Amino acid sequence: MRAVITVIGYDRVGLIAGISAVLAESNVNILDISQTTMQDLFTMMMLVDLDGLNIDFSELKDRLESKGKELGVDVRIQREEIFKSMHRI
Amino acid sequence: MINQYEILETIRMIQNEKLDIRTITMGISLRDCCSEDSAKSCEKIYDKITKCAENLVKTGEDIEREFGIPIINKRISVTPISIIAESSKDADYIRFAKTMDRAAAETGVNFIGGYSALVHKGFTDGDRLFIKSIPFALSETERVCCSVNVATTRTGINMDAIKQMGTIIKETAQRTADKGGLGCAKLVVFANAVEDNPFMAGAFHGIGEPECVINVGVSGPGVVASALKKAKGADFGTVAETIKNTAFKITRMGQLVAREASSRLGVPFGIVDLSLAPTPEIGDSVARILEEMGLERCGTHGTTAALALLNDAVKKGGIMASSYVGGLSGAFIPVSEDEGMTEAVRCGALSIEKLEAMTCVCSVGLDMIAVPGDTPASTISAIIADEAAIGVINQKTTAVRIIPAPGMKEGDTVEFGGLLGSAVIMRVNKFSSEEFISRGGRIPAPLHSLKN
Repeated sequence: MRAVITVIGYDRVGLIAGISAVLAESNVNILDISQTTMQDLFTMMMLVDLDGLNIDFSELKDRLESKGKELGVDVRIQREEIFKSMHRI
Repeated sequence: MINQYEILETIRMIQNEKLDIRTITMGISLRDCCSEDSAKSCEKIYDKITKCAENLVKTGEDIEREFGIPIINKRISVTPISIIAESSKDADYIRFAKTMDRAAAETGVNFIGGYSALVHKGFTDGDRLFIKSIPFALSETERVCCSVNVATTRTGINMDAIKQMGTIIKETAQRTADKGGLGCAKLVVFANAVEDNPFMAGAFHGIGEPECVINVGVSGPGVVASALKKAKGADFGTVAETIKNTAFKITRMGQLVAREASSRLGVPFGIVDLSLAPTPEIGDSVARILEEMGLERCGTHGTTAALALLNDAVKKGGIMASSYVGGLSGAFIPVSEDEGMTEAVRCGALSIEKLEAMTCVCSVGLDMIAVPGDTPASTISAIIADEAAIGVINQKTTAVRIIPAPGMKEGDTVEFGGLLGSAVIMRVNKFSSEEFISRGGRIPAPLHSLKN
């Protein structure tokens, strides 16, 4: 199972490190990362593989969200299918 | 591997433009729950609903969490209860309504549809008892929704039923007068009712439906309005294309959620309903889409044309995005539930007459309109008859959900709260339809042949 993590907020030191640390603890493999700046907002997207996930999906979601709060950014994790199904036939 | 534009667009649609799945509705057949003994029948009904829908709410919440798409309602529809209850010896069917209410509360759904009867050609003895019970059922339960089909294109219009429904609607309003006549917000009178509608209050599990099924209703007026903002001043070909593209994306969400829910619950997937369903929230309004096309206010001249274009483009865009499309599938125009519609009534742009014209080109009908509390029952019946005629002649579904708000006068505002919103009391034609309605009988089925 793969998911997309999006991080939206103001850029600062330690964003990628903070999110990646949560993922590493949960045994989640990062497949791809891309980042961009949109209307002054820093946007980072990660495609991750959840096959080795050692906790519940909702637990991971909670941990990412609270890490986001700590770093002052919005963090979302959504199953990859939602993006695929909306845009690809 | 990551397409930033696609990901950000999806997130924007969900977060800023209120894209959501409006409802996952589980249809459950109760045809095996009949008994001469109503206590036994009700026990079977309760057991069946609570067993089939045991994991419905949890599954909906899981999908919501994993995919990051809000799923606003989880609901249940059942076989029209008059068909089940009439095997019993009960003189009224309140016990059945209360059983449905209890089962809905146990499973955690906010509404259960199917306190219904199909009387488009005539009444069985059970149907008569059922209809009499409606005002009590709606005032003594919280989650039960009721519908009555009074006409079809193939059979014509049952004017006896329409006459009776005028009185039933008035009685229901009286019995829920402390809440502004709220009971009537859960009572729909249909022509050409569909059997797989996932939306309340008119959902029921038709008799041609399987044992259990999952139907999904999408939403997203805000997404369509935002897309049209970017096409300001463009010609109608571009407007239609923009709506089609947006409807496709919205419906793909519905299809994904429907398939996922169906596989997790082990219940077959029925249909995705393409209806654009508004809510009272700002930015979630069908009226505002019409205004985005260039109308100063919804209800002014041009509104019917704008709505016709919208309704058709939504279907054309949505139909390829789902393997099975059904239900009502069109734009809804429930006045109290749509912030823009309510505002249009308040400022005098939108009247019942204009709404009636709009119902010729979009799904459903005079939906969630409030009228003065002293409106005669015969006038309400006549309003229903007009809508039924539009449905029957045009071979489409029409419906009336009308609230004669007790003690209220034209221009007053009645608050229903939540998704039902608030309604401004609309003007009703003062001239009588009494003699017309008192005739009774049936209006014969219209001619749709002589095609040689």
